Amino acid sequence: MRTRHSRILAAIAVAGLLLAGCQKDTAGGGNASGAVDYPSKTLQLMVPAAPGGGWDLTARTMQKAMTDDKLATKPVEVYNVTGAAGTIGLAQLVSKNRGDAHHLMVMGLVMVGGVVANKSPVKLDQVTPIATLTAEQEVVVVPANSKYTTLKQLMDDAKANPASINWGGGSAGGTDQILVGLLAKAAGADPKAMKYVAYSGGGEAKAALLAGDLTAAVSGQSEFKDLVAAKKVRALAVSGATGVDVGEGKPAPTIKEQGFDVDLMNWRGVVAPPGISNGDKAAVTAFVDKLHGSAGWTAAMKAQGWEDFYKSGDEASAFFASENERITTVLTDIGLG
Amino acid sequence: MNVFGDLLSGFGTVLQPEYLLFAAIGVTLGTFVGVLPGIGPALTIALLLPVTFSLDDPIGTFIMFAGIYYGAMYGGSTTSILLNTPGESASVATAIEGYQMARRGRAKAALATAAIGSFVAGTISTLLLSLFAQPVAKLATTFRAADYFALALLAMVAVTALVGRSLVRGLLSLIFGLFLGVIGIDGLTGQARFTFGTMELLEGIDVVVVIVGLFAIGETLFVASRMRSLPEHITPLEPGSSGKGWLTRDDWRRSWGPWLRGTAVGFPFGALPSGGADVPTFLSYTYEKHRAKNRAEFGKGAIEGVAGPEAANNAAFSGVLVPLLTLGIPTSATAAVMLAAFQIFNLQPGPQLFDRSPELVWALIASLYVGNVLLLALNLPLIRVWVKVLQIPRPILYAGILVFATLGVYASTGSVNQVFIAYGIGVIGFGMRHFDFPIAPVILGLILGPMMELQFRRALLVSNGDLTVFVTRPLTAILLGLVVVALLVPYLPRIVARLRGRSTDTKRLTFAEED
Repeated sequence: MRTRHSRILAAIAVAGLLLAGCQKDTAGGGNASGAVDYPSKTLQLMVPAAPGGGWDLTARTMQKAMTDDKLATKPVEVYNVTGAAGTIGLAQLVSKNRGDAHHLMVMGLVMVGGVVANKSPVKLDQVTPIATLTAEQEVVVVPANSKYTTLKQLMDDAKANPASINWGGGSAGGTDQILVGLLAKAAGADPKAMKYVAYSGGGEAKAALLAGDLTAAVSGQSEFKDLVAAKKVRALAVSGATGVDVGEGKPAPTIKEQGFDVDLMNWRGVVAPPGISNGDKAAVTAFVDKLHGSAGWTAAMKAQGWEDFYKSGDEASAFFASENERITTVLTDIGLG
Repeated sequence: MNVFGDLLSGFGTVLQPEYLLFAAIGVTLGTFVGVLPGIGPALTIALLLPVTFSLDDPIGTFIMFAGIYYGAMYGGSTTSILLNTPGESASVATAIEGYQMARRGRAKAALATAAIGSFVAGTISTLLLSLFAQPVAKLATTFRAADYFALALLAMVAVTALVGRSLVRGLLSLIFGLFLGVIGIDGLTGQARFTFGTMELLEGIDVVVVIVGLFAIGETLFVASRMRSLPEHITPLEPGSSGKGWLTRDDWRRSWGPWLRGTAVGFPFGALPSGGADVPTFLSYTYEKHRAKNRAEFGKGAIEGVAGPEAANNAAFSGVLVPLLTLGIPTSATAAVMLAAFQIFNLQPGPQLFDRSPELVWALIASLYVGNVLLLALNLPLIRVWVKVLQIPRPILYAGILVFATLGVYASTGSVNQVFIAYGIGVIGFGMRHFDFPIAPVILGLILGPMMELQFRRALLVSNGDLTVFVTRPLTAILLGLVVVALLVPYLPRIVARLRGRSTDTKRLTFAEED
């Protein structure tokens, strides 16, 4: 009966926490020093998107691992700044939190694209890269009754008659459209000629694929899992280096295996504001290294089905730069740059 | 099919004390966030998401979340009716007649018909959800972009009743709403429109910000501007009705029809992957207005105009659960946050959820029945408390509204700029009231405009610019045919009369009267 008891307690705690959530520590400024006791005060994690999305889930998982495994002795707070593929949060981090090492932001590939597509005045190279954490493969799916059974057939038609293929996925300039652009380039088709219908989220694209508006949909690999397993849609390819199971019970083939030199991971990472000292940067990096090695984080990654995509320090800086270049090029090719 | 067996075992789960407690917490929280302007169920559930991490009990979590959503739908009507300050788009239609009822001292009856109507609609639509989730979901995914466009257009022409007495003013309001709707990043091309180069406007103007601005802030400014010519307290309570009975016999007679019809509109709209709870409330309002024998009463506080929309927005919630549970498609902001919660527990809503986690699904559905009963039990006694709000002296009351409105906008957007935008829109709302412009068409334009534009362009993109896409499929053609009918019917009597050579002062007939 202990569980029953704790459930009731938890339910009461919910009400209390909601009240507690109303108070927000807005104290800022004042750099922390010393790598030893980071964080030395409340750590703020900014999610530059609405609650419930991938970045939000990443931040809240980080928060949980940090507090559960006692990595942070000070409170960890998560807050959301929504808008424009994260570029509004990015601008805020650069303008308001300069030099504050206790203010981190979750971000990822989508933000790299968002900066380009939204012509954001604040660029990603203005922040301090800390680490990449996780990555999710993309999947290309067609309805179960589609004539396409391989990616090659689909791309052949996309090259020969681009108007005959209706691609669909998430917001314009996001990971899904980037993948379509990269695929087109690799197949020798004109990225600009690809007909891409943007939807506000995976749900809407799902409905459109089932209703018959779309020829193929592109999305994060977990999004279509249930529909693939129910044989309502067919997965043609996944975008990572090795195939993953997207619902068929066996790994789906990668894009590379089907002869197109494309490898795209929807990665997520964490950055710090500009203007922090090298000592602070080292302290934050060491702290995130510790998070990555913790049992809580490893277990959470497994539960969420995230792939480990950990790069920190100089490796992360180099990766940020190379992704920035690749994404800027493909978005310019599509005509969104 | 052992739906009833499954449902019974669902009840078996829900009726355990701890789950009842979760349901009670959910509906209570939901009622209160529904009452506060700007803070809706989506935000509340999002705030609670981190808590669910440590709860480690998916069933309890979802029972609570469903309670919050339902509770917010019940609570949302309260401020609409009492103070003309709806907190979300689904309660805007309620404000039109509800506030007039309150001004005439019928606040109790308005709140009661809203609560009982919500209960009736909630229960019937949950029954529909239990029995027909799978077939309804199948139907909902046959809607293509062209169909959504036709549906939005139909809704737009069908709800002209919201336009009010002056066509010119109504259309200007509508156009203002349409304009607000196009601000921000264009969904299809990613290009910014009307943002004047500022980052803050890239995301567009949130419908909650507009509603809080136009209603809560606009109303406050308007009341403040005529402070001296108004009595200190808002409305007298109904004389003699303080004790027994929420609704008179006549109220019951006039309410039950709208409750059922509101349910009939709300449920299917909620189930559509681009539907939502707001459009059916406007449709229900219009329909009740056209149907009513005493149409003159509309605009002055007709109970049908409260009963219908309130039933519609609650029925829509059970509808929203259909695509969410059966296909994993969220059709509203709250559903999207609930989908995220499912993923936290590593559950993927979709065709296999019913087979894989039957315990969770049926407990959730059973909790909806229980939640409705709890909400009715909670809300009817609360009416007595809520109407007391009207006895607070105006200056204090409206100062309070302003505080909550400001907090609400800041809490839901996390941006001071959005608060300024809300106040700017509030000033416009004040001007609109002063010059007698109707407010509801702004919200209508803001909701339907972007949907029409986006789906129209999607349909053309998919068809390579071929306009025949709007007539080749029977569903689209029928919907567009109804649009033409809706436009022509009001003029038919006049045309017929003219053909017969009679005078043209026959009463205008409208679309809804034929059924």
